[in-house]
Amino acid sequence: MRKRVIFTERGLPYLLLAPQIAITAIFFFWPAGQAVWQSLLREDVFGLNVEFVGLENFADVLSDPFYLNAVRNTVVFSLSVTVLSMSVALGLSVLADRQIRAASLYKTLLIWPYAIAPAVAAVLWLFIFHPSFGLFSQLLRGLGVPWDYKLNGTHAMILVVLASAWKQVSYNFIFFLAGLQSIPRSVIEAAAIDGAGEGRRFWTIVFPLLSPTTFFLLVVNLVYAFFDTFGVIHALTQGGPGKATETLIYKVYADGVQNLNFGASSAQSVILMGAVIALTMVQFRYVERKVHY
Amino acid sequence: MHRRSLLAGAALALAVTASPVSAQQRVQIEFWHGLTQPLGGMLEQIAADFNASQDRFQVNASFRGSYPETMAAAIAAFRAGTAPHIVQMFEVGTGTMMAAGRAIKPVHELLAETGVSIDFNDYLPAVRGYYSLADGRMMSMPFNSSTAIMFYNKEHFRRAGLDPEKAPATWPELRAAAQRLRAAGLACPFTTAWPTWTQVEQFSAIHNIPLATLDNGFGGLGAELRINNPTMVRHINTLIEMGREGTFRWGGRDGAGDALFASGECSIIHASSGARARFVREVPGGLANLGVAMLPYYPDVEGAPFNSIIGGASFWAMNRGPNATRSADELRAVAEFFRFISQPAVALKWHKDTGFLPVRLAAFEAAKAEGFYTQNPGADIPIQQLLRGGGQMTGNTRGIRLGGFVEIRVIMQEEIERALQGQQTAQQAMDNAVQRGNVVLRNFERANRGG
Repeated sequence: MRKRVIFTERGLPYLLLAPQIAITAIFFFWPAGQAVWQSLLREDVFGLNVEFVGLENFADVLSDPFYLNAVRNTVVFSLSVTVLSMSVALGLSVLADRQIRAASLYKTLLIWPYAIAPAVAAVLWLFIFHPSFGLFSQLLRGLGVPWDYKLNGTHAMILVVLASAWKQVSYNFIFFLAGLQSIPRSVIEAAAIDGAGEGRRFWTIVFPLLSPTTFFLLVVNLVYAFFDTFGVIHALTQGGPGKATETLIYKVYADGVQNLNFGASSAQSVILMGAVIALTMVQFRYVERKVHY
Repeated sequence: MHRRSLLAGAALALAVTASPVSAQQRVQIEFWHGLTQPLGGMLEQIAADFNASQDRFQVNASFRGSYPETMAAAIAAFRAGTAPHIVQMFEVGTGTMMAAGRAIKPVHELLAETGVSIDFNDYLPAVRGYYSLADGRMMSMPFNSSTAIMFYNKEHFRRAGLDPEKAPATWPELRAAAQRLRAAGLACPFTTAWPTWTQVEQFSAIHNIPLATLDNGFGGLGAELRINNPTMVRHINTLIEMGREGTFRWGGRDGAGDALFASGECSIIHASSGARARFVREVPGGLANLGVAMLPYYPDVEGAPFNSIIGGASFWAMNRGPNATRSADELRAVAEFFRFISQPAVALKWHKDTGFLPVRLAAFEAAKAEGFYTQNPGADIPIQQLLRGGGQMTGNTRGIRLGGFVEIRVIMQEEIERALQGQQTAQQAMDNAVQRGNVVLRNFERANRGG
């Protein structure tokens, strides 16, 4: 069923592509190329003494125990954010998909948090969990839990995961709801007539039919947790205490912008870039093969 | 281009001698600073006063984020050939700027080339020493200097049966007072802002122990950290024990601890003298309830207490980019601005408005003569503390000049945080900090070998 459009003129297709290529070149290829070049250099902060060091920056980064720590944090953080935000969103969307009063009101309210900037979301959570004036932390302390995310690494991780996941729930909710609404009622009704209970209907019919949505969201959420959570971490913990919440992307910032160590920071960006390219390739292959809309 | 417009301006000025030259024809000077409100506005007012005081130069002051952000912005701008003429740099960036080679225009060169003179002999020795070379030549223009001092809540002291007019002078006294406060039901007896600055850097100076070799880096780029010495480790251990017994609360990194004292939750804090204005405004009970004292010391350490060291920021004149220098007019403008802010009257007003130090002795004397310190008890504590120990500075009390010190501070905070969590001992924390910090120092040395 594919139609092939053939341009008879040579120049036109290139002309039509030019804006997109220009944007990609300026905002991606150029900075990425600079990062690759800088990752091979070692220089003072003002760029007055530049030394070509080959792959030394990469060797330093990969042998840095704190880099491995950041990898571990990133895995824990990303998986927790993804699982938490997706499962909560799925639960909420199943509830919102029913025939209930004021359903559209609930839906609207659930979508709201997505419009909130990460730093603002972080501040909101700060008001709840701040060791001295947070409402929830006072409650916890009343129950005998010595809540202090400024000194306890586990507490800090829980806090950044909660704040990051909360923000992403809305996005997942929209997609899950759309996915649920596209499942034919007749299939579910047929199962109901056959005597399948609600739980069984969900797990054998609804959940498998949602798999394309779920997979898409899995990738989107992982990418979000990898790259878009800088604002939350920066506003809440700045990677601390110790290095308990320093993820890969935060370490790039800390080494490059705070410590002004451009070589190490660039080397880390290049590694991250490689990881994203790999992730995207896997995603496209898998999506093309497995998922049917 | 500037030169041409200035020539035109000069011609115009000759033609119509009475009328002032309009703004376009003034030499434009970009000045980036890192002070939030209300301090930022007060600083911008000084630039506005300078602009109003003459008609040849125009200083455009603009806020560029926190100190570290301003530093990163100025460095990025220099690399792109668009650096500001003047940048405000916090004291931990001093080592990096000193080694910056042709990125900066040292103040002594600037003044010599433009023939402008500033009387640096009238500056506080601690301030002068921090920003000058070993031979006394000034590298940057001192402006907002502070030091760390102790604030305490008198009402809390009263509630715990402690004398509100008598602050603990030594660490054993401070700990005993904190225990009394704790027993009286106060939730947070002691905290600190800028934890590494107050508990490691100032601590080392007060006890005359080296933070690093080569006079804390004043002697060259080859310095190595020495913060794993027994006195330092003992102090970190005290903090860990106090944390465990509930008499010390970690307030967070950098200035985060200020909020705990300002809200009236914590009873004692070690903080920047520049926080005074905020505490007077926010601490319940205000000025009457605010106790001010010098930082405590261990009485069994020989010779202690010595003078504390300064923090805050100074102004650096920068070249435009790696291959671009400034015109004579621009240098002249920068030098005139520096001369303007060096006036005792300007330093005095800044001191009284903000709680930063009166960087000039003349300003200090003027404040005393006005009776400022009798109306504002404790406002002179920072200066007295800087002159403590007879005012003879040693290699350990002159200041700190280590490259990459921003990063080293973060390292120290991380290691101390892990010690306070109970993941490692005080000795391990300081050993790790030394080892990791030395890597930073060696990388800095290597990158700046030629410069």
